[in-house]
Amino acid sequence: MSGLVWLNRNFWLTLLMLGLLSVLVVGCTREIVKEVPQEVVVEKEVVKEVPVEVVVSREVVKEIPVQVVVEKEVVREVPRDVVVEREAAPGKLVVYSGRSESLVDNIIRQFGEATGIEVEVKYANTAQLAATLLEEGGNSPADVFFAQDPGGLGAVASMLVVLPDSVLEQGPEWARSPEGRWVGISGRARTVVYNTDKLTEADLPDDMFGFTDPVWKDRIGWAPTNASFQAMVTAMRAEWGDARTREWLEGIKANNPKIYPKNTPQVAAAAAGEIDVGFVNHYYLFRFLAEEGEDFAARNYHPRSGGPGSIVMVAGAGILSSAKNVENAERFLKFMLSPVAQQYFAGQTFEYPLVEGVKIQRVLVPLADIVKPDLTAGDLVDLKGTQALLQDAGVLP
Amino acid sequence: MPNFLANFRGLAWRQAAAIGGPPAILWAPALVIGAFLLLSPIYLGIRSLGAGYEFWDLFLRIRVLEILLRTLLLVGTVTGASILLAVPLAWLTVRTDLPLARFWNVLLTLPLVIPSYVAGFAVVVALGPRGMLQGFLENLVGVERLPDLSGFPGAMLTLALLSYPYVLLTVRAALQRLDPSLEESSRGLGYGWWGTFRRVMIPLLRPAVAAGGLLVALYTLSDFGAVSLLRYETFTWAIFIQYEAALDRTLGAAFSLALVFLALGLLLGESLTRGRSRYYRVDQGAVRPSPTVPLGRWRWPAVGFCALVAVMALALPMSVLVYWAVRGVAAGEPLLALWSAAGNSFYVSGLAAAGAVLAALPIAALSVRYPGLISSLLERITYVGFALPGIAVALGLVFFGANFARFIYQHLSLLILSYIILFLPTAVSSARTSFLQLNPRIEEAARSLGRAPLGVFTSVTLPLIRPGVLAGAALVFLLTMKELPATLILGPTGFSTLATSIWGAASEAFFAQAAAAALLLIGVSSVPLAFLMLRERR
Repeated sequence: MSGLVWLNRNFWLTLLMLGLLSVLVVGCTREIVKEVPQEVVVEKEVVKEVPVEVVVSREVVKEIPVQVVVEKEVVREVPRDVVVEREAAPGKLVVYSGRSESLVDNIIRQFGEATGIEVEVKYANTAQLAATLLEEGGNSPADVFFAQDPGGLGAVASMLVVLPDSVLEQGPEWARSPEGRWVGISGRARTVVYNTDKLTEADLPDDMFGFTDPVWKDRIGWAPTNASFQAMVTAMRAEWGDARTREWLEGIKANNPKIYPKNTPQVAAAAAGEIDVGFVNHYYLFRFLAEEGEDFAARNYHPRSGGPGSIVMVAGAGILSSAKNVENAERFLKFMLSPVAQQYFAGQTFEYPLVEGVKIQRVLVPLADIVKPDLTAGDLVDLKGTQALLQDAGVLP
Repeated sequence: MPNFLANFRGLAWRQAAAIGGPPAILWAPALVIGAFLLLSPIYLGIRSLGAGYEFWDLFLRIRVLEILLRTLLLVGTVTGASILLAVPLAWLTVRTDLPLARFWNVLLTLPLVIPSYVAGFAVVVALGPRGMLQGFLENLVGVERLPDLSGFPGAMLTLALLSYPYVLLTVRAALQRLDPSLEESSRGLGYGWWGTFRRVMIPLLRPAVAAGGLLVALYTLSDFGAVSLLRYETFTWAIFIQYEAALDRTLGAAFSLALVFLALGLLLGESLTRGRSRYYRVDQGAVRPSPTVPLGRWRWPAVGFCALVAVMALALPMSVLVYWAVRGVAAGEPLLALWSAAGNSFYVSGLAAAGAVLAALPIAALSVRYPGLISSLLERITYVGFALPGIAVALGLVFFGANFARFIYQHLSLLILSYIILFLPTAVSSARTSFLQLNPRIEEAARSLGRAPLGVFTSVTLPLIRPGVLAGAALVFLLTMKELPATLILGPTGFSTLATSIWGAASEAFFAQAAAAALLLIGVSSVPLAFLMLRERR
């Protein structure tokens, strides 16, 4: 009796193993088969609907400044007959996105629906994707690199094409690479997040240097490994020079700041009162407000006399020189700089739009009201020098 | 042809002393797997070549000795704490009449599936100076600030609570196959329970404890999520700064290579604890199931201990997640159902578990049955991937895949391969522990009674080593469920799992969405775990 049970069990186990193995094999082969027909395509046609979009969005902007409805309307307004026409071969597009899926998935999908282009997106963080692109070299399947910060784009700049003027001209000059290899898509401001139970805006110093005062001892939070923080330090070096930047770093360090790995825990810590102020990007606060309500005890402060503490950085995108779908890639960049997409970024991600005539969220301080230094995105790419300075000053070990 | 037959005959798996080397059916796959495992160190070597002067410059500038000591301190304490937690838990759940033992089994293994960045964040939010616990205590007794856990204590606590299940699983598997007659003899010869535990149980469990402990040590070495959130700078943290903040893959690779050497040191240390002892029964008779120890009045303290560990390791992060999800929903945040991501997670984790077990069996069998330089080297090499940060392994496969094997690049199979490279040692060590407890004479007897080699394996060997093999599969499955960097980098475009969804939402402060995905991850993982634990004999 027991012998029979044993036999059964063994038989079952072997079967399980073989089954899993065959699933492995089948799983793999199935994927291969799937990819074949995709490579057949690529030709060209279409152009029509771009002007349609622009008109639509202008209407929308005037009527409703807020998000969700905007998307729906735009999606519906795109004439269906365009889709039918495009059946011929709109082709595909592979995007490596260092911007999170939760932020850009909707607008990328909208691009795909409007143009009929089959968009494949690989989401990871910007640094990982930059390293991946460098390892892939000319064999990269990517057409577009959509990065969270200029540093990531700068790291792969030699792999990016010089963009045509028709793309570059859609965005402002300060927000693009000096050689025209990438364009800024949306803007993000550096800011100081402070605890509203303990402080009011009047208690905060005029500029970043004020935080080196010993009264701020044990009250500051910062994230020295964070890309945006390092971009701010790069701006400081461009504005103040290395010596004064070092003085600032050492001054803050003397105030025994709490070190965070990134921005979000800093915003949480500021609201909880673990720190009084933190040096962060502006939009995280609004996510917390969305999740926790208006009681959330932290707000943003843009230093009133400006300086590098209130720079506006960009998230941007470029086209790889190994891209197979160059035309679609250009259309993607143009779309991202169109009023539709810019309105999306302003409405959904609380970022600053980079083209004229797009309304920002009412809770944001208008870009024009932030006293920002006269720097361009190209001034913020010397990451190496900044890191060396941070290490010399003992901020990074 | 005669050669082939000789090899085939060797399948009766004798000790090394026996005539003839290992059969081809063992060493051929083992060598292929070994070659794949070498891809990561080879890539790191190639990439590091460009570093040169800059590496040494930075190596000196980052106070490398200090970071090294900090890392070793963390590795040592986390490993020690994990063993102290896991061995009693394993004994309680396997050998005693602990109420609801199977329920505790599942619950106490589950922390393994919590990604360390989630656990780290949960510890900060719940136990921080002004965290949830403080808020609770403030209302109750007016505590305004709790001591700050960040730095060493927090990192140690978080990692110990996340990684003790490695030891728990390996020790449980060993206990299930441990011959009770040795303990009975010890008791019969006059030792009390403590003497028996010290003189008999500890030596017998040593391979399992060492195998689990090694996994904990290497996991701690490779962890980034918890140490970064709790602000404790380790070697892996320094590697991540190179990759993620400095965008310098050359220096990142050079540091990773240094980490490989550090891991080799730990591996050597563990090798020294392995003696030439045998762990199977040598006289006649079969291993009986052990009698259940009645806990008596220790029953409730034992339950209390299990509950305390479960609360700290599982309930604490889960309550933070539930809180985030509920709070977000209350504030009107939409929660997306992530069924396709959950399906993807389950699918790739299952494939990775199956693949890792298949790859682990020949390596474990070789290292136990044919101990020698090559087989031990092979077995040791499996650990290298586990000690490396996922990003270093993933970039290595990007390098080889994109340039030399384009047909599988960005294809699921390469992703599965990366999981196997990363997590193979967990399967090898569990299988190995079970192999050690199996007397080769049993297989020889089956062979001499007329079973074909493969038949011996399926009808005799596999059932006997089953607890270890299944424990290994479970480990690989759970680790794959939460794996992040390799999934992001090597996954086909558009491929998302629960782990990538958690990361995507959390990195932009969509906490409710991240929490929902994390809860789903824990839920989905507990299904196969419960299945495994509940069908096992007590």
